[in-house]
Amino acid sequence: MHTWRWSDRFVWAAAWGAGISLCVIAAAILLYMGYRGIQYLRPELIFSRPQASIDQAGSGGFLDPLLGTMLLTVIGIAIAAPLAICCALWIVEYGRPRWLTRVVESSIEIVAGTPDILIAVFGLAVFQLHFLAFASSTTNGLATGTSFLTAGAMMSLIALPPLFIATRDGLLGVPAHMREAAFALGKTRIATIRRVLLPSVRSNVATGVTLGVSRIIADTAIVIVMLGDALRITPEGGVPGLNVLRGAGSSLTSYIYDNSPAGEGLAPQKAYAAAVLLLLFVLVLNLAVERFSRGSLARTGAITAVEGIV
Amino acid sequence: MLSRLLNPWTDHRAERTLGAVSLLVCLCVLFMIAFVAVRAWPTFEHNGLSWLGPGGSLKVQFETMLNAPTHTPASAYHLRAWPIIYGTLLITSLAVLLALPLAVLCAIFIVELAPVRLRRTMIRVVRLLASVPSVIWGLLGILVLVPFVGNHLITSSERTSLEGTAQLTGEGLAVAVVLLTLMISPIMIALICDALGAVPGAWREGAAALGVNRLRAIRAVTLRAVRPAIVAATVLATARALGEAIMISMVSGSNFFAPRPSDGVAFLFEPMRTLASTIVDFREGLGGAPALNSTLYACALLLLFSVCVLSVAAYLVKLPLRKYQARG
Repeated sequence: MHTWRWSDRFVWAAAWGAGISLCVIAAAILLYMGYRGIQYLRPELIFSRPQASIDQAGSGGFLDPLLGTMLLTVIGIAIAAPLAICCALWIVEYGRPRWLTRVVESSIEIVAGTPDILIAVFGLAVFQLHFLAFASSTTNGLATGTSFLTAGAMMSLIALPPLFIATRDGLLGVPAHMREAAFALGKTRIATIRRVLLPSVRSNVATGVTLGVSRIIADTAIVIVMLGDALRITPEGGVPGLNVLRGAGSSLTSYIYDNSPAGEGLAPQKAYAAAVLLLLFVLVLNLAVERFSRGSLARTGAITAVEGIV
Repeated sequence: MLSRLLNPWTDHRAERTLGAVSLLVCLCVLFMIAFVAVRAWPTFEHNGLSWLGPGGSLKVQFETMLNAPTHTPASAYHLRAWPIIYGTLLITSLAVLLALPLAVLCAIFIVELAPVRLRRTMIRVVRLLASVPSVIWGLLGILVLVPFVGNHLITSSERTSLEGTAQLTGEGLAVAVVLLTLMISPIMIALICDALGAVPGAWREGAAALGVNRLRAIRAVTLRAVRPAIVAATVLATARALGEAIMISMVSGSNFFAPRPSDGVAFLFEPMRTLASTIVDFREGLGGAPALNSTLYACALLLLFSVCVLSVAAYLVKLPLRKYQARG
């Protein structure tokens, strides 16, 4: 290195500096949030319901936001997964006509690039339309467009691209001889898909679902626009089950937003506690993605594939 | 009929069904674009393209829209949105300019310089930073960075120099740009890393055989080979930065103020709004007063339009990359 020019040494030092500082920033965030978690996160917060209160001691926990996050995740994935898998299967296995597959693929790319706030305002207005009003809660007989069902439906849009891309890349990675062997045994295309292809891309679908879940639990804009400002889960209507889906509520992200100085409630301790819990979920999902995609990661080594970035 | 029930999935029917589902997804997306455009139409109808231009106080214009009577008069639609467009452009370009060298250096470090163990840690770090929710960035910003900036970095002379126009609390351009940089650089790092990894090893060996040192080889051969990937990563990161709403609405001060570079250092601390954060701040007005509603949808449409333009640009930039068989 002593023969290097100064400009080379400078770039070398800058690259090391950038890399190390990125590590330091990540470590600082984790340590700081861990410290706040030890300070404020208590088990009783997770199991008690939130209450309207002026000071932080009486405002309860975040059981309802936690359940809200889970409900949104389940609805979002339940809608997105079949759609994404069907799209991927059609594009990779059938792919006729060719121009139409291009159109479908680029429309999914558009969704991937669409800001979540735009999806939120779109969803709010769409579910105020008359023929979709059954899904949302109402005030004075008018559909507001806000409910778990409508927010979950929009969540499925942000979970769709990573799921689609993971499944498509998995299908493209299946060696051609597996299909040929199935055809040689007299299986139809759809039978090949069901018996051979879907089982072999199981880990890719799992990666996609995990990426979708981490998108959904991290999303704030859709929740604060489309779920109302209710502290607790407030059922709407008389049918059990459906009333919760049609009701308003909150999620962990909207709970953090509302309790931070940016929202109305000035309860930074509660916001920190919920943020630590959310960060823990994100970490666990990250580890899960790494586990599911171990095989494919060793093959390609691509970071973007694991992050679900288009 | 019976055979249909016994064996419901013939090949032909499966193809039709899967195709129909795919078309449904595609139509949903097209419907979304059309729907937002229709909702945004009234404000563009009243203002024309001068909607994008400067003029008047946005604060007054928004208040007029909020308080407009049920039969909205045409005058209530009057809007010149330049301050928030300027805010969006300013914050996005600053964040991308900061993130670009950081991302390129980090990617070089991860792929070319770091020891194997550190490389694995770095990849985990990048993945972690990419998946931190924006509300957590916002929370850290508003509870940690904003008080720090407000108490230690803003001098009292800067405060008094802006008295009457804007309050300097620490919420503003600087904090938002720093957080946005941290949010978008992991995406860029990941994309550039993948491209660097795809550069054929023989190219590096060729450079080494010519007696060039490692860093020269990186600069002259590897970086040059991944230039299209760097541009594509920048474009994608720009799209992310444009659409970021929650974090910016939390830390940018939520004020219709356009930061003025002529204010010197105070420029960095001035509050602002972007297109996306305006929608978050006025979300209560969605579905309410028609003029405000239409304006918010116009903001959304403008965002969608720029994101689409950017993704087309990214596609065009990626084309020459495919020719050289390098992935990105």
